[in-house]
Amino acid sequence: MAVTLRVNGVEHKLTVAPWTTLLDLLRLHLDLTGTKKGCDHGQCGACTVLVDGRRINSCLTLAVMKDGAQVTTIEGLARGDALHPLQQAFIDHDAFQCGYCTPGQICSAVGLIAEGKARTADEIRDMMSGNICRCGAYPHIVAAIEEVMGKLKQPSGKGAP
Amino acid sequence: MNNFGYARATDVADAVRQITADPEAKFIAGGTNIIDLIKEHVARPSRLIDITHLPLNRVEETEDGGLRIGALVPNSDLAWHPQVEARYPLLASAILAGASQQLRNMATTGGNLLQRTRCFYFYDTSTPCNKREPGSGCSAIGGINRMHAILGTSEHCIATHPSDMCVALAALDARVLATGPAGERSIALTDFHRLPGDTPQIDSNLRADEIITAIELPPKGFPRTYTYLKIRDRLSYAFALVSVAVGLEIEGGTIREARLALGGVAHKPWRDREAEAELNGTPATRESFARGADTVLRSARGFGHNDFKVELARRAIVRALTQAAEGKPQSQADKRVSGSVP
Repeated sequence: MAVTLRVNGVEHKLTVAPWTTLLDLLRLHLDLTGTKKGCDHGQCGACTVLVDGRRINSCLTLAVMKDGAQVTTIEGLARGDALHPLQQAFIDHDAFQCGYCTPGQICSAVGLIAEGKARTADEIRDMMSGNICRCGAYPHIVAAIEEVMGKLKQPSGKGAP
Repeated sequence: MNNFGYARATDVADAVRQITADPEAKFIAGGTNIIDLIKEHVARPSRLIDITHLPLNRVEETEDGGLRIGALVPNSDLAWHPQVEARYPLLASAILAGASQQLRNMATTGGNLLQRTRCFYFYDTSTPCNKREPGSGCSAIGGINRMHAILGTSEHCIATHPSDMCVALAALDARVLATGPAGERSIALTDFHRLPGDTPQIDSNLRADEIITAIELPPKGFPRTYTYLKIRDRLSYAFALVSVAVGLEIEGGTIREARLALGGVAHKPWRDREAEAELNGTPATRESFARGADTVLRSARGFGHNDFKVELARRAIVRALTQAAEGKPQSQADKRVSGSVP
């Protein structure tokens, strides 16, 4: 079936089988292998991408159902050589060890900040619980997200981003 | 994944026509459960009928001052809807207690009702399961059944319904609107899901040719004296061992109206009107709450690994009633247990 997707700002017209997941489309058809296939059952969050600005599990999403959608993956966050603030914060805070969950963690955190609901560390932890890190880098992941949220808050000095 | 066809429904009537024409087809909306079931070879639909383009994504006030929630409203949008946050915080809390934010962004209101049990034998096609393959037997009875039901079970199935949202909907007297070839009908949420009996393969009373279009909430939402207390093996992103939804109306220390529904303990959200009637008119004290809990659990029985659930449910009910009575609902982000020790 024909499907048109705008991935990281670039339009792609593809022909895929109905059972092709968005995850497989990204990795196999577009060679965007930053998005990881962890459990493939929506339990680990490694496949998290942003569809029309919202974080979702791409392993449980059929590509044909997202015809016309805007998809952002980990490859689409940096601006040239300038890393996205969350990418930089993950490096600064040593927020990963093996790195396998990291693309999903960062895309999920982008979604979390856009939602503007989580404010405290408790809320970040709960709202990031769909992203499992088997290396156990959780405290550093929370610290990285808190730092970026804090920086976004500073210009007005109050409220959430 | 098994191969399947794919079609889009253009409106509700078209969706009903398509599902009537192909009994082996399934609707797909959020897809968070059906895609997983297909990957596990538990569901083998001939094709998926995509209903996400139907105009069922609105939340609007009803004539009687209640709320009508379109079947396609995503769980996260519903939990954060201003009317739900202000008037039905029990529902908002229960939704946020379930799944992950990614899944809540995808999952829909109607789909949440129709998600299937997470009994691991149901998912494991190498084991007998009466729900997956009627007549093959129940592997959970006599097997690993720590997560399983303690109320309303049958010799054929001890699976639980996995939803948190539905537990709150049961307590709030929600109704399900469904459309089929014969037109629209309304089903009480508490009559929507079934007990397993000798047909555990049938989860709900929705007919195969019907589509859920909306959920309706009556005006009463218990916005101050409520709680959703969920007890699980990890603090977030896990299914309930036991959960309790409570809405109370208290006047001068006396319970005027009690609503009490349990999750994680039965094949459906468990609401016990006898226990509620017993609570009504009694002082809002630990003694009343304990008596109510005893009534809810009068027929409870464990199956070995889940024996602990009976006492856990008893304590959770007392704790939840205490939280609601004190106006200290359980936070879903701050994991410390709210309210005074009952």
